[in-house]
Amino acid sequence: MRVALFLTCVNDTLYPDTGRAVVKLLTRLGVDVDFPMAQTCCGQAHYNTGYRHEAEPLARHFSDVFGEYEAIVTPSGSCGAMVRELYPRMGERARAEGRGDTLSATLAPVVPKTYELTEFLVDVLGVTDVGAYYPHTVTYHPTCHGLRGLGLGDRPRRLLQAVKGLELKELPGAEECCGFGGTFALKNSDVSAAMGADKVRNAESTGAEVLCAADNSCLMHIGGTMGRLESDMRPVHIAEILASTEEEPAV
Amino acid sequence: MSGTFVGMPAFPEAAHEAVNNQTLRGNLRHATHTIRAKRAKAVTEVSDWAELREAGKRIKDHTLRHLDRYLEQLETSVTAAGGTVHWAADADEANRIVADLVKATGESEVVKVKSMATQEIGLNEALLEEGIHAYETDLAELIVQLGKDRPSHILVPAIHRNRGEIRDIFEREMSEWGRPAPEGLTDTPAELAEAARLHLREKFLRAKVGISGANFMVAETGTLVVVESEGNGRMCLTLPETLISVVGIEKIVPTWQDLEVFMQTLPRSSTAERMNPYTTMWTGTTDGDGPRDFHLVLLDNGRTDTLADEVGRQALRCIRCSACLNVCPVYERAGGHAYGSVYPGPIGAILSPQLRGVTSEIDASLPYASSLCGACYDVCPVAIDIPEVLVHLRERVVQGGEVMSKGNKVVLKPAKGHAAERAAMRAARWAFGRPGALRAGQRLASRTRRLHPRSLPGPGKAWSGTRDLPAVPAEPFRDWWQRTQGGKDGAK
Repeated sequence: MRVALFLTCVNDTLYPDTGRAVVKLLTRLGVDVDFPMAQTCCGQAHYNTGYRHEAEPLARHFSDVFGEYEAIVTPSGSCGAMVRELYPRMGERARAEGRGDTLSATLAPVVPKTYELTEFLVDVLGVTDVGAYYPHTVTYHPTCHGLRGLGLGDRPRRLLQAVKGLELKELPGAEECCGFGGTFALKNSDVSAAMGADKVRNAESTGAEVLCAADNSCLMHIGGTMGRLESDMRPVHIAEILASTEEEPAV
Repeated sequence: MSGTFVGMPAFPEAAHEAVNNQTLRGNLRHATHTIRAKRAKAVTEVSDWAELREAGKRIKDHTLRHLDRYLEQLETSVTAAGGTVHWAADADEANRIVADLVKATGESEVVKVKSMATQEIGLNEALLEEGIHAYETDLAELIVQLGKDRPSHILVPAIHRNRGEIRDIFEREMSEWGRPAPEGLTDTPAELAEAARLHLREKFLRAKVGISGANFMVAETGTLVVVESEGNGRMCLTLPETLISVVGIEKIVPTWQDLEVFMQTLPRSSTAERMNPYTTMWTGTTDGDGPRDFHLVLLDNGRTDTLADEVGRQALRCIRCSACLNVCPVYERAGGHAYGSVYPGPIGAILSPQLRGVTSEIDASLPYASSLCGACYDVCPVAIDIPEVLVHLRERVVQGGEVMSKGNKVVLKPAKGHAAERAAMRAARWAFGRPGALRAGQRLASRTRRLHPRSLPGPGKAWSGTRDLPAVPAEPFRDWWQRTQGGKDGAK
């Protein structure tokens, strides 16, 4: 199976370790992973801030870059939801604006074959035990667009529960938003920070060493808040936990 | 809408105070989390909740699609049943109609059932200017009125007050309005409720005019429905000689059978009850039973303009249950007053900028008062995709464009204050259109990473005031991929 890694611009620029972990994990599971060098950004920040027309060329570019692959895998619930949920909506809006079906037709091929990482593992590869080893206590925060947008359900938890050495702690108020919300974090920074601080306090109450999520943009906000609150916890992307093995353990 | 909120600061500024008010944060957290959990339980009990939600959505969409026809049918039915129908294009017209109707009775006092429509138009203030005193009889509305306060929640308008504060308000203010609070009043719920009962009983028995809204209007029979918990509504709807109901035109349902759906979804979504304690339904007037005169004031006030918008019109499905407020993490921390409208929370953030337009500072900021977490959409019993409408309204704010205003097409200019953001979005789009430009930027960031400050000055403080900046890695992923062929040559 020829699979493209859609890493996302945030991960490419700031979190290359997550990208390396996805490559290591998928390769270990026998998947032939490619990273199309022409990939940039799905346009989510533009779209969600009200710049739909600026997002359209980025969506078309995405379709050009990834259209030929059998599957597109991304370690981001929100960028995955952008492609799966919002690309069709962009097409509909273009049609409503009298611009015909061109945008819909351009974006249609990438929509059904874009998968968030845990979805790809559980639904496409059919695995929950990926042979990982991670001897730490972990609490899992289901990020909003993965949880409510893509409907990831218990897939990430099932994957984590199968990791050798990992002790999973229940996160109180797990399904409450961490307060990142893209440009919301800047436009409403007081409320965003208050939500972040509450999320960190809930995470700390579990006594876990690691707060895990499937989206680094949320982890950037939660981790940045942990740093400021001088928390001992670490934010870690789920890919890095699943990639970790006894031979090559992640810290 | 009500003049009460004119001159509100933008949402982030208004929220700043609430976020730092620990008493308010505690009150709101406790109240919203309690009702949130109860609602979840009440909804789980119903095996066909998803179908009920879909049915509610479809009934509302169908009615809105044929609103003109159903409104005329309603007018015919209400008139045939002995009522009188009045049409109000905006708040001023509705207030004038109600004031004239009250004056025609010769009365200078009215009792009120809790009603969002009359809050929306600022009816109490308008009546007072005509020398008419309007008494709120819902317990929470009474607390708000006595406290010279503003409602901060659709269903529980005094949610921002705790028992101690309510006791103080009753003791201080009740004597100004009528029967004073009993001596030695404590803050136990039973004593507070009894104080309100005694105070209000006097009003119920004296009032000759009642004013209400309605949760539903049935087009086929002209029946109005009020759903409530305290029985004050029943008093106001049956005891006075004249009843005036001010109702938004979107509150209509075609038939009695349609009520079946909402009578299941509304109580469970709002108070987390299987059935609300009091449901009052009336059809025109009946000799010897209830009010002799019944007037229905049908209120537009921006609703037709909202209906013209393909994406935004779904906000008109709203049945005012408040489930979205109770799950909203932003509402929980910012409080209801920050929304600058009688409609706070997620539904307020999409309703106010449509009913009032996006020209004021507060209305232009409301579409951004959300992290787009989607919890509101999940709990909405009529499936309003609030995040979708929020994003749509953000577009209206930054781009402007054609909208309806008071029945006329107008072209909105992009809102002020977004020029820098617009330039940044365009620049980012340009860079993301060219992988080479993105890569050059990433490399520059990586090479200068030791020079990056821990905190940012100016607007960057919005991030670094409360959060550390992420460390920039030594090389972006794409450089590693190219250097190592995806790790295949064994390099790390």
